[in-house]
Amino acid sequence: MRYQFDFNVITPAALHVLADGMFISLKITVVAIVFGILWGTLLAMMRLSHLKLLQWFAMGYVNLFRSVPLVMVLLWFFLIVPQLLQSLFNLSGTTDLRMISALVAFSLFEAAYYAEIIRAGINSVARGQFSAASALGLNFLQAMHLIILPQAFRNMIPLLLTQAIVLFQDTSLVYVSALADFFGRAYNIGERDGRIIELLLLAGAVYFVICFGISLLLKQCRKRIAA
Amino acid sequence: MMQYQWHWNVFLQSAGDNASYLDWLFSGLGVTVALGLASWVLALAWGSVLGVCRTLPNRWLRLGAATYVELFRNVPLLVQIFIWYFAMPEILPFGDAIKALNPMTQQFVIATLCLGMFTAARVCEQVRSGIDALPRGQKNAGLAMGFTLAQTYRFILLPMSFRTVLPPLTSEFLNIFKNSAVASTIGLLELAAQGRQLVDYTAQPYEAFIAVTVAYMLINLTVMGLMRWLEHKTSLPGLAGKR
Repeated sequence: MRYQFDFNVITPAALHVLADGMFISLKITVVAIVFGILWGTLLAMMRLSHLKLLQWFAMGYVNLFRSVPLVMVLLWFFLIVPQLLQSLFNLSGTTDLRMISALVAFSLFEAAYYAEIIRAGINSVARGQFSAASALGLNFLQAMHLIILPQAFRNMIPLLLTQAIVLFQDTSLVYVSALADFFGRAYNIGERDGRIIELLLLAGAVYFVICFGISLLLKQCRKRIAA
Repeated sequence: MMQYQWHWNVFLQSAGDNASYLDWLFSGLGVTVALGLASWVLALAWGSVLGVCRTLPNRWLRLGAATYVELFRNVPLLVQIFIWYFAMPEILPFGDAIKALNPMTQQFVIATLCLGMFTAARVCEQVRSGIDALPRGQKNAGLAMGFTLAQTYRFILLPMSFRTVLPPLTSEFLNIFKNSAVASTIGLLELAAQGRQLVDYTAQPYEAFIAVTVAYMLINLTVMGLMRWLEHKTSLPGLAGKR
């Protein structure tokens, strides 16, 4: 018996719900990119500084987050962050902190990955640049801020964007906390209407179009930079 | 703030059925390792075939492999595993055979297929870049010596390129164990799922999560040690990287 597809379940109302979900997915992605890159830059600079303690901290942080699955990290934070915030700010037990937990978890997790990309980017800048900055009397932070990082980020843009596509796909994992992002909503509509296969295929197609589109744009950009 | 009560001996407590909570952890670890290894075998075999296809003269094979890679790289793994779980048994010709399995085996088989096919797209790109990185003369020399195209790949191109792509393959091997945690969403009781279950049953979340995290780190260290040994074993004298 073949499965009979029925794509009529995807009504305008359903599409509206899905669009709201996509907004949540994009929100998590953008916040995690911004804070991930900021915190990741700090981690990369710690790793390259001369203070042993900072080096060890950055190395331990990056290795810890890179060796555990994102699903685990998300579960960790859905457990810890609400407890922490509730005890700090005396919030009632009913405040919905899932979004905050997700934002914190994704930012801290992605920072570990961004840190490695940024460290490689900093290392790709010629060493003479740093010596020249020191010779001009700039200290470590000034040299990083004014000389090294601007050049490093230019080299890193393609890798950072590739990581952003991966991150956007990974946001679907907030499913484990029942936070209704794009995928969570597609799944819920499918389950409610008994048409889960159609909704899953739709969700897959939407992710594919977005991610493939961005990666094509990225390829064009790379060609233009190379030319 | 209320003080958290640490109870590390919670793992030794009985979880019923003659098993302790520690046994739960070990059974989860076993499932994760088995799932990772099984899907890695699939990913390596299928990914190598695809990677070779992407470098062949035949245009259609190249296009087919490229389409596969884009498809599997641009859809989130979570969506893929749900499609495998809900849609594939309905669509695939051998779907009824999958549905007839007992739930545990069914989840394991589906997770293996999903992870294997997903990682194959990544392995394909590594293998392709390894072959592309070889000097063109290698292939021409092989053909000039009278090798067929298949023989050139088997005796010259693949042995060389697999050595150069060992480090990136190592990180894919590590990724497959981490990605296997996604299988917990379709109900497979692997390491992450056991960790979550432990939290629910013991109400000692920190111990449970720390134990699971340590278990994942152990898998990582083992894989890294294994691959370093393999890299050392297969390195050729006279080439860069030989220590």
